[in-house]
Amino acid sequence: MTRSRLSRTRSSQHDEETKQTTTTSSGGTAMRVIVPLQGVVQGRGGLFLGSVIPCALFYFLQLYLRGKHCDDPTDQGDPTRDPNAPSPSGSAGKLAELPGFPRNSSRNLLSPRSPRGPVLLSGRVNEMVKSGDSPYYAGLKKVLEDPYDEAGNPNGVIQLGMDENKLTLDLVEEWFVENAKEAILGGGGGGGGEGEELSISGIAAYQPSHGLMQLKVAVAGFMSQIMENAVSFDPSLMLLTAGANPAIEMLSFCLADSGNAFLVPTPYYPGFDRDVKWRTGVEIIPVPCRSADNFSLSIAALDRGFNQAKKRGLKVRGILISNPSNPVGNLLNRETLYSLLDFAREKNIHIVSNEIFAGSTHGSEEFVSMAELIDSNYLDRDRVHIVYDLSKDLSLSGFRVGVIYSFNNNVLAAAKKLTRFSSVSAPSQHLLVSLLSDTEFVQKSIKNNRVRLQKMYVAFVAGLKQLGIECAKSNGGFSCWADMSELINSYSVKGELELWDKLLNTAKLNVTPGSCCHCIEPGWFQFFFANLTERDIPVVMNRILKIVSVCKASS
Amino acid sequence: MVFKLNSQLLSRIASGNGHGEDSPYFDGWKAYEADPHHPTENPNGVIQMGLAENQLCFDLIQDWLKKNPKASICTPEGLNEFREIAIFQDYHGLPEFRNAVANFMGKVRGNRVTYDPDRIVMSGGATGAHETIAFCLADPGEAFLVPTPYYPGFDRDLRWRTGIKLIPVDSDSSNNFKVTIEALENAYEMAQLDNIKVKGLLITNPSNPLGTILDRETLRSIVRFINEKNIHLVCDEIYAATVFSQPDFISVAEILQEDIECNLDLVHVVYSLSKDMGFPGLRVGIIYSYNDAVVSCARKMSSFGLVSTQTQYLVASMLSDNEFVEKFIRESKRRLAARYRVFTHGLDQAGIKCLKTSNAGLFLWMDLSGLLKEQTVEAEMELWRVIIHEVKLNVSPGCSFHCLKPGWFRVCFANMDDQTMHVALSRIKTFVNKEADTKKKPKKSLRWQGSLKLLNTPRIYDDFINSPHSPIPHSPLVRARN
Repeated sequence: MTRSRLSRTRSSQHDEETKQTTTTSSGGTAMRVIVPLQGVVQGRGGLFLGSVIPCALFYFLQLYLRGKHCDDPTDQGDPTRDPNAPSPSGSAGKLAELPGFPRNSSRNLLSPRSPRGPVLLSGRVNEMVKSGDSPYYAGLKKVLEDPYDEAGNPNGVIQLGMDENKLTLDLVEEWFVENAKEAILGGGGGGGGEGEELSISGIAAYQPSHGLMQLKVAVAGFMSQIMENAVSFDPSLMLLTAGANPAIEMLSFCLADSGNAFLVPTPYYPGFDRDVKWRTGVEIIPVPCRSADNFSLSIAALDRGFNQAKKRGLKVRGILISNPSNPVGNLLNRETLYSLLDFAREKNIHIVSNEIFAGSTHGSEEFVSMAELIDSNYLDRDRVHIVYDLSKDLSLSGFRVGVIYSFNNNVLAAAKKLTRFSSVSAPSQHLLVSLLSDTEFVQKSIKNNRVRLQKMYVAFVAGLKQLGIECAKSNGGFSCWADMSELINSYSVKGELELWDKLLNTAKLNVTPGSCCHCIEPGWFQFFFANLTERDIPVVMNRILKIVSVCKASS
Repeated sequence: MVFKLNSQLLSRIASGNGHGEDSPYFDGWKAYEADPHHPTENPNGVIQMGLAENQLCFDLIQDWLKKNPKASICTPEGLNEFREIAIFQDYHGLPEFRNAVANFMGKVRGNRVTYDPDRIVMSGGATGAHETIAFCLADPGEAFLVPTPYYPGFDRDLRWRTGIKLIPVDSDSSNNFKVTIEALENAYEMAQLDNIKVKGLLITNPSNPLGTILDRETLRSIVRFINEKNIHLVCDEIYAATVFSQPDFISVAEILQEDIECNLDLVHVVYSLSKDMGFPGLRVGIIYSYNDAVVSCARKMSSFGLVSTQTQYLVASMLSDNEFVEKFIRESKRRLAARYRVFTHGLDQAGIKCLKTSNAGLFLWMDLSGLLKEQTVEAEMELWRVIIHEVKLNVSPGCSFHCLKPGWFRVCFANMDDQTMHVALSRIKTFVNKEADTKKKPKKSLRWQGSLKLLNTPRIYDDFINSPHSPIPHSPLVRARN
């Protein structure tokens, strides 16, 4: 049984459990029995038989304790339980506590309820309050308070920690100047009085929560174009969501139960901790990749991760890969993808392929989508799910359009119902339909995006190199992954965070430290450059230079 | 070799029926979708009266959009703002959006209360707002009390992914389904006996499906109740601006300003523009919490349901236009009142009574218990099937709202034009007269057995109906104008 799993199930009872020790001296013993029991009872299937005996033992312990505490007032309701009591809602049967009778009554038994006390929130809130702000949020806050502006605030904090792309914003803007007049109310095209009346209903009224069909068709076309028509996407396998974050969360909800796990190669996008784990209760098993082989994924490492999880009693439900990877920016080649599929088949697990930067590759290497392999390998497509984000490649991050593309009908059906918690607002959908239907514009935008990204990438990496900082080889994404391990005082996360602090507070650069991305080698940093202009690069480099000289001098 | 993924490899959430859509509320939608009414092309089709959508004032909004092309940022007039808006992805939301929403919320409540823009958290519609609140306030297995009858979507929104429970609190038709402290106390006690930890109370004010509002005294006693029990109070006020006749709407915020002992950390408000402005397509949901920890946690969760910045800007521009907003609210109430009057009058002529105390919402709570063969849920369902298939009106039966008293139905009236409404009325009249005649004759055979089976088959219509709220892009109004 894993510790984290247990702490989840126990968190709600935590207060009561601490009181319990004061109530009865045998409480500690009871918990020693309860704890492994809970793990067993909560669905490690084959262990059922093994749990029957301790269960019985525990039940007798209960009887014993009850006898001892029959004068406890909170206890009295229990034996006289009213059969007409308000029945729990329909889903109760599916809740994990179905076999949890001993746990419930023990709670009642051991914890006199006090009606007054601190305001109780959920475990998720408490977790968040306890952990405080991660460097990600701390940095973000700094930027909000004191943002850099070349003319207005030249000493402000420069944002290098945000995955936004401003490089082709001018093209999109240009398009809107020429075409947007009818795009907002135009909807399905065709002017005239009647058409306009239709369009207001088309915007304001309820729409299918998983996206308009016209937009799905347009997105499918756009994705194909990004992949140089190597794949054709089927709009009926597609769901649209308010950004890639909910898309990943939905897949996590659909593919894994609370307490199950995903294998995720590290370093990974820090947001996965929120998207995959936070509300779902799903675990992430980090699969370390190393600088020695440019952080590329090896099946051997996956296998180790899988076995490790098994030893911890975790059920692995899938692999979550990012291709192009984020933060490193390398691509998975065809061969690796095939071996990933084989691995998933062998272990009978899912593959979630996060391809949100597919349109933002900038190197010479070829990008291969998981969908391309599936086309020809259709027998096993049920386990493959692709996540895409339209707004990233189009420089429209504010529009928040994520895509789930799954070959599994059951997943599609369930996720379709989940999309109503996070659907894309209708005006933006209509606007994007018009934008994406302009193939000429789309082609121009994709091409320019790649060219400009490459230019910025080359300039940024060269700038760092001049300061003696090497970057991992990257072929996609909005960032570079820099090795600053020579600048840290102690080769540890602590040393890394000290440098991060200097970068943020002395050099006024908000960057992402590698430990946020769960990188096992300290000293790596992620620099996002796609929201800068070329003029900003020397400013950034000068600021880093200051830190470099300070660090070099002190060592 | 064929490798097939084991279906058990999906989560319980994906493979279970926690989505709660196996309910007559949603089945009615399917019947509508299979045979939708159209004045000329399908005059005998099913009329959608299960959709609480406010389409009476679309023309006002359209006029405003035409006069303010700048607001959509994507026109030449609005392009100055384009860069900032298009790229903006801070999960706090645009400051102007939060200011405008806070201002609008105050306005809807007669400016008797003010809202702090820094406590405004956005989410994907009220649906997302409810789920987020549930995620913030309770752990799996813990429960919320909810007075019945309540909106069927709650069973999905609050429970499905969060794993929390809803405990229905009984109400009685004899006192017009009013929420009473006795019933709340009773439900709370029962939950305790059942070892269920009650984390909060969820009230809908104005109520869906009743269309009633809570009076000051009831609200005060509810606040006292939750404060005494130290549980949360979630107030769903999404119909606040639909109160179309006296008495005025009283928000919980007003009660909190009064001299009453309450721990503010316990109070949370859910709001949305879908009903009050008729904007469900914009998916703007709002959480307003008086609890700092909840605000900051919900804000982090809002990255799962952010409203597109273009829409934020559009909404901000529209809601900051005070003159327009005031005119809109006034006119919307006037039209709702008129529609309500005509409809209840028509029903009255047919001898059908509605809940008298309602003065809000986009629907009526209609009493057909007189037409039931016997006073049971089964008889209610039987009558409902007849109404769907024979009378061809998609109304929602009381049992889907967890109403204990059989024979009540929710009828939405604001999602159609006058013509369609009159068709619906005349169908009801014809039906009631016919029922009165046949009552004298012996019982006929069960004609709807076949359809019953169809409704109970697996979700074969899922592709048509993917949402309880929003399955259909074309509302009856749109069709009518088509």
